[in-house]
Amino acid sequence: MARMIRPPAILTRALPLLFVLAVLAVAWLGGAVWLNAPQIIDRWQRDGKTDYSTGELVTAAWSQERPLLPAPQQIYADLAKSFSGRLDSPRNLLFHTWVTGSAMASGFGLGVLLGGILALGIVHVRTLEKSLMPWVIASQTVPILAIAPMIVVVLGNIGLTGLLPKAVIAMYLCFFPITIGLVKGLRSPDPLQLDLMRTYSASPIQLFWKLRWPAAMPFLFTSLKVAISIALVGAIVGELPTGAQAGLGARLLAGSYYGQTIQIWSALVVSAVLGMGLVGLIGLVERITLRYQAVPKAAGGRG
Amino acid sequence: MQKVVRMDDMNGVASGFPKTAGAQAVVEITDLSLVYQTADHPVTALANVNLTINKGDFVSFIGPSGCGKTTLMRVVADLEHPTAGTALVNGGSPEQARRDRAYGYVFQAPTLYPWRSVARNVMLPLEIMGLPKADQRERARAALELVGLTGFERKYPWQLSGGMQQRVSIARALSFDPDLLLMDEPFGALDEITRDRLNDELLSLWKKTHKTVIFVTHSISEAVYLSTKIVIMSARPGRIIDIIDSPLPRDRSAETRDSQAFLDVAHRVRQGLLAGHGKDD
Repeated sequence: MARMIRPPAILTRALPLLFVLAVLAVAWLGGAVWLNAPQIIDRWQRDGKTDYSTGELVTAAWSQERPLLPAPQQIYADLAKSFSGRLDSPRNLLFHTWVTGSAMASGFGLGVLLGGILALGIVHVRTLEKSLMPWVIASQTVPILAIAPMIVVVLGNIGLTGLLPKAVIAMYLCFFPITIGLVKGLRSPDPLQLDLMRTYSASPIQLFWKLRWPAAMPFLFTSLKVAISIALVGAIVGELPTGAQAGLGARLLAGSYYGQTIQIWSALVVSAVLGMGLVGLIGLVERITLRYQAVPKAAGGRG
Repeated sequence: MQKVVRMDDMNGVASGFPKTAGAQAVVEITDLSLVYQTADHPVTALANVNLTINKGDFVSFIGPSGCGKTTLMRVVADLEHPTAGTALVNGGSPEQARRDRAYGYVFQAPTLYPWRSVARNVMLPLEIMGLPKADQRERARAALELVGLTGFERKYPWQLSGGMQQRVSIARALSFDPDLLLMDEPFGALDEITRDRLNDELLSLWKKTHKTVIFVTHSISEAVYLSTKIVIMSARPGRIIDIIDSPLPRDRSAETRDSQAFLDVAHRVRQGLLAGHGKDD
């Protein structure tokens, strides 16, 4: 039997990634032609241009000023142009990223705080679970798009504008996974682990710090990843009803007002990259904090 | 206290062996019953249990599942509360004994905390008791040496085999040097070879430290090999049906398992278990 030649490890790991990227690129470029071409053909027919090659059409479909679906290279060019401007200029996407990012970070911080306090209350006070949990769940069934303008208006009436309303909206969205995850995590120790602490006559504070808290860590990190990505969504949604002065949400809104599809897509790409970066950052902290979890499963396949 | 004296006498008669004069009782259980209230009907986990355990004894509770052997040990540990009768540990209540950290408990599962290294797992009770850091480290080192795990201090539980994990949990129970060791089927999940080896290690540990051990098992040979006193229990309701004071010498080795005395005791335990079982089915 012929033995298969093994490609180098780095290649075998990169191949699936490259393959997905290639499929995505082909689909995107093809989709841009498919969606944009009819408009171009229409215009060309109106202008009396009937003689054109496929190559011409494809090039035109990838370089429209306001395409239905911009080609990736158009978004790249727009991003490059935007990043080259001054940092405090509203034309620079990094400026908008900073505006949204700071609202998101504040909202995330507040959400973790609120979610943590609620979880502690629910775990330690039996009556709080019954009285609080329905409200916590109800809060998440209200569409954020409905409640965001009200938060902006109410806070604006008492003189709070700018970052704070957006942070509150982000907090409103992201405290929920923290509460749910932390409650689950703090309750994760099994009866024997709890019995063990009892045989040592551990105090409630020792029980918390030496058992419940470390046991909750894996749950907390999962929650943090969910929370930070929806905090970003919250901050962006919070920018929509404010009249869209600055921020990624403002860019999205302005882009859709003026049909600037490339601008919309640029803002989308930046927010996606920001979200991925933040989730990755939490993943990194998780890996450092939970090093002990390097279970054999994770090392499988290498030996 | 009067009650206790009466029970001691009863127990001496019931087990058919005269009580050694001057022996110090560590655990005294009198007319103890424990009934769980379940949704449909109450379940009697323990009925009318009388038992005395003296200092330095190695006592095994043996019986089928559901005979209350674990429950009885959990009463001693103040993890369960009797509904009738009394349990005394070191002459006081089990709760007092727990507060005094008078016993070390080894569970069926190793119950190591996965986020703590082996050494830090052993140090857990010492941390809770507020010992100085240097003292904690020294005691953890000594306890790990006692169970033959020197050099594994920095490993995490998942890096150890099941037998090694259980030895860590024994080291953890020994770390604060309690006089009483409560062991709930500590080797139940291990293969027989590992179990035999750990039995020998446990015996030598017991001889070295002169601790009182209560040991729950459902292995007859384990119970006979380890114990100075074997408590045979039966289910529905959980009760003691026989207490055997083992005639085997305290010094035991692999040959002990083949001796006639060993076989005789094992036979008597098996007969007891069969008799207790026969009533149910």
